[in-house]
Amino acid sequence: MEKQFRLNLKKNKLKFSVTVTLKKDVLDPQGKVVQNTLVNMGMSNLKNIRQGKHFEIEVDENDTEVAQKKIDEMCKKLLVNLIIEDYKINKI
Amino acid sequence: MKSSVIVFPGSNCDRDIAVALEKMQFKNKMVWHKDTSLPKSDLIVIPGGFSYGDYLRSGAIAGKSLIIDEVVKAANSGCLILGICNGFQILTETGLLKGTLLRNKNLKFINKDVNIKVINNSTKFSNKYKKDEILKINIAHNEGNYFTNSNHLDELKKENLIAFKYCDEKGNINEETNPNGSLENIAGIYNQKKNILGMMPHPERMVDEIISNKDGINLFSSLLN
Repeated sequence: MEKQFRLNLKKNKLKFSVTVTLKKDVLDPQGKVVQNTLVNMGMSNLKNIRQGKHFEIEVDENDTEVAQKKIDEMCKKLLVNLIIEDYKINKI
Repeated sequence: MKSSVIVFPGSNCDRDIAVALEKMQFKNKMVWHKDTSLPKSDLIVIPGGFSYGDYLRSGAIAGKSLIIDEVVKAANSGCLILGICNGFQILTETGLLKGTLLRNKNLKFINKDVNIKVINNSTKFSNKYKKDEILKINIAHNEGNYFTNSNHLDELKKENLIAFKYCDEKGNINEETNPNGSLENIAGIYNQKKNILGMMPHPERMVDEIISNKDGINLFSSLLN
């Protein structure tokens, strides 16, 4: 029975990744410093670097669409500052 | 006048502001962030520090804490709210003030006394200052680079909602006198009703000649006026 329970748990779990990046016109000083350092290290064909954040989120839900809506709500309410950041949700 | 100071895990200017308020004869109470009711207050202060270790974004987690619902209610009914440093960041995260505070342009934590100019001296927070008065106030932050969209910037200018701007001793406002990259050297702003002030400089550190100067005193005496 416990085995069945674990199996169910596994079945109901959906995993998503959320990538948060600064909007295009917002200055990203950390990305710039990383870029400059890489250029100084000899990576001369480097064009541009933007630094961001990555979240991996598991939800107890079996309907992908419902889960995706939940993740979207999490992004809008806490994970992302919509004034300066963009985000992308991907199923993994 | 009654004041409340909200304390989060990681707040570190809460005692300083309490000492400043008590020195100015406010009847002050400290309120823990998990509390669900506020003592009757004319002024609520959200102090500086590093609430929740600045996890996620500065002020983001504190901005969702239990007491914040009460602060928003109080703000909407006209209570005076002062957010200093991390308090300013928390106010932008709650949406009580528009815009946001980005990482300092030079990527460094800046802790120094800077000059700021009083832009609007006709609010509850600033009526004891002269217009364009130049103050020397300490700043200590890593994310103080104020940013907002152009519509809101227009609104700030048109409705006289800019409280302070960074300048030099003579009052010059330009890129050289901008410590952190803030849009138009903005150091503090009001909401539209002017009952909420968010500012990066620390007026509570400037209330005693022995440790600094008294340039912050008039902010508190304005509130009492």
